[in-house]
Amino acid sequence: MIKALLKNRDVVLGLILVMMTLAIAARFPGFIELENLRGIFTDTSILIILALAQMIVLLTRCIDLSIASNLALTGMIVAMINASSPELSIAVLVGVSLIVGFCLGAVNGLFVWLLGIPPIVVTLGTLAIYRGIIFLLTDGQWINAHEMSPAFLQAPRNIIIGLPVLAWVAIGLVTAAAVFFGWSKLGRALYAVGGNPVAAVYAGLDVGKTQFIAFCISGMLSGLCGYLWVARYAVAYVDIARGFELEVVAACVIGGISIAGGIGTIPGVVLGALFLGVVKNALPVIGISPFWQLAISGSVIIIAVVINARQEKTVGKLILRSSHKAG
Amino acid sequence: MQKQDADSYGLPTVAEPVLRMRGIGKKFPGVIALADVDLELVPGEVTALVGENGAGKSTLVKILCGIYQPDSGVIELAGREITLASAEQAMAQGVSVIHQETVLFDDLSVTENIFMGQQIKGRFNCLDWRAMHKRAAALLSSLESDIDPGSKLKELGIAQKHMVAIARALSVDSKIVVMDEPTAALSYKEIEELYEIVEKLKSENKAVLFISHKFEEIFRIADTYTVFRDGVVAGKGRVSKTNQNDLIAMMVGRTVNQIFPKESVEIGNPVLTVQGFCHPTEFADIEFSVNRGEILGFYGLVGSGRSELMQAIFGISQPTGGRILLDGAEISIRSPGDATGRGIVYVPEERGRQGVVLALPIFQNITLPSLSGLSPKGFLDLAKEFELARSYAERLQLKAASLSHPVSTLSGGNQQKVVIAKWLATEPRVIILDEPTKGIDVGSKAAVHGFMTELVKAGLSVIMISSELPEILGMSDRVAVMREGRLIEIVDRKNTDAETLVRTAIGTSQPVGGEAA
Repeated sequence: MIKALLKNRDVVLGLILVMMTLAIAARFPGFIELENLRGIFTDTSILIILALAQMIVLLTRCIDLSIASNLALTGMIVAMINASSPELSIAVLVGVSLIVGFCLGAVNGLFVWLLGIPPIVVTLGTLAIYRGIIFLLTDGQWINAHEMSPAFLQAPRNIIIGLPVLAWVAIGLVTAAAVFFGWSKLGRALYAVGGNPVAAVYAGLDVGKTQFIAFCISGMLSGLCGYLWVARYAVAYVDIARGFELEVVAACVIGGISIAGGIGTIPGVVLGALFLGVVKNALPVIGISPFWQLAISGSVIIIAVVINARQEKTVGKLILRSSHKAG
Repeated sequence: MQKQDADSYGLPTVAEPVLRMRGIGKKFPGVIALADVDLELVPGEVTALVGENGAGKSTLVKILCGIYQPDSGVIELAGREITLASAEQAMAQGVSVIHQETVLFDDLSVTENIFMGQQIKGRFNCLDWRAMHKRAAALLSSLESDIDPGSKLKELGIAQKHMVAIARALSVDSKIVVMDEPTAALSYKEIEELYEIVEKLKSENKAVLFISHKFEEIFRIADTYTVFRDGVVAGKGRVSKTNQNDLIAMMVGRTVNQIFPKESVEIGNPVLTVQGFCHPTEFADIEFSVNRGEILGFYGLVGSGRSELMQAIFGISQPTGGRILLDGAEISIRSPGDATGRGIVYVPEERGRQGVVLALPIFQNITLPSLSGLSPKGFLDLAKEFELARSYAERLQLKAASLSHPVSTLSGGNQQKVVIAKWLATEPRVIILDEPTKGIDVGSKAAVHGFMTELVKAGLSVIMISSELPEILGMSDRVAVMREGRLIEIVDRKNTDAETLVRTAIGTSQPVGGEAA
């Protein structure tokens, strides 16, 4: 029983996460105080949501490098609307962020679906374009806290049953994603399309369309995070979340989402994001110089990839064995 | 002609064989590809290797070029025993293989291709491009070819690519040149050029092994022949002393000792009818219909367009013309989803690539094409889904520890069952099986055949593509024979035999001429 559990990589990752947290707590007991854990979770919420978005795209053998740029552009648009018409309700602004994000994601998806351009190329392009548009919109100017309405800034911070709304949004989306993957035809199709595109075609699935939908969902979640980010950090400018897409991909990889598509679980991706969140929060606590923090974060990612690659290798062996039998 | 004279006096062949393969055996799990095969190649002679699909020709070629290792037997080169452990070694020993589809580098120049892996080095251990270009030009002109050594390979035609492959073979002074169906993709004029090259190789005292399906060319260029059948040598001798009918008899003349569980089922009305089906490159003017309770076999050589035809019917590719009728009413199929919805399913040949998603659990693979029916309110009914998978896994006697394990944990035969179960779960009316027993062991074969009988008893129509004559003759009610993208004839299996089918598939019953182009 225990052995079987230890073969499950989500369980292993969870154990590593708990052990790492306890090890830090052994020297800095404050680290596992409820208040601190709550803070870490809230800090990581946006990463969790974006990692879910990225997971949906990765499952279909694609990658979305434009999510952080999408976040920044949508965040800026929402902040500009709020600054110019503060009377608009937050619900409307959230709706706008979802729609703008969806459209930006759909652009990626259309290029991949209809023109057959590799996703990494498309989203590398839109990564630059979406950020470039922010310049065009603002001439590089910032929108600061005092220009935003108090309701706009406060919405994600309101505490409900001990957690801020931001954290509840992440929890709600994780739950929704679990339902989506467990009980929907599309959720299943995402795995099939990435796991074996040819077999998916034979099974009557439209590979390109499924990938398009994945990009739309990813874009929509990125757009939502645009609002959440701007409200949380109370500032919108060209460079927000620059490079964050790599952290998101890292969270997915640590969580066991295969870059080659078709493999990955929701607990895995959440743990992957939390893992990065804990590392990021722990390093300053342990007193590691900020100069080292980037390098250590990077090393952790590579170690995770190495472990991941070893896991995938065993799958590879199985494939070969079976194809040998076929031949 | 001189050799023929020597023969007729009963003298031994003039030259000693340069290559002797003795007692070569090669097994794959569940399949014996080659059993105790002997082959000799003589310098200055062309040996034709003939046999049905799956007779073991490709396996032998792969052993010769070092990709497979034989399980038993010895290979002697000029009287010395050798091992061919890798493609590199095979080439170094003087065995060059010209594959059906050239395995060269499209984006590199002709010179780079010729010298890949054996570049000429000059001063300071740097590559000496001038020397290589010069030598490449010399090699090509010795082949009387005007290919520019500096041109990229992708700019060349297929015949020219073969020429480059041959130049590569000559550059290492190969003693043995293996040509694996070299004319398959060539036009009439290119084939003539290739014959000239073969003559040239002969005149340079190379031993040539020429693998071909086409009797016309065997009789034109080969000196001796070896016939493979089911992994053993069924006959060998001098081409001048045999004829087409004898060769065909050797290819198919097996004793039919396999028992097929074919039972008579009452044949009903036409279910699926295909009219005037055309495709720009793969097939043309296809007309046939399959009836309720019938197994319609499709026989033909590999590349005759059978799979492509079925894929078009299934909606994988779009035909340029023609109609599909189901129960007499025209239907339009634009995607595999449409076809499945209409009750027409296709079980593809390549199980791993086209059939299963290895990382997904077994039950999810089985239900993949049926998901629409399992999610009435937008949400999947997981209990119903699992039950559906379980019932079909049971019917096919799938051996799995748990249906929740990924398909990658199953053996090849059981993966095949998953693929079949997956399509049966959609409750089809017409099921197209593409080489349903290829690569699986005898026991599983019998299970698949038994299952086909069950299907037609239940009122389904089965279309079975197969390259195995016993299977075609043992299981089909009628047999459709395709050749070069055309449906040549549909015959009742009672009115035909193995030799007639092969003859029709190869096309020797009619004068071969303009039609071939």
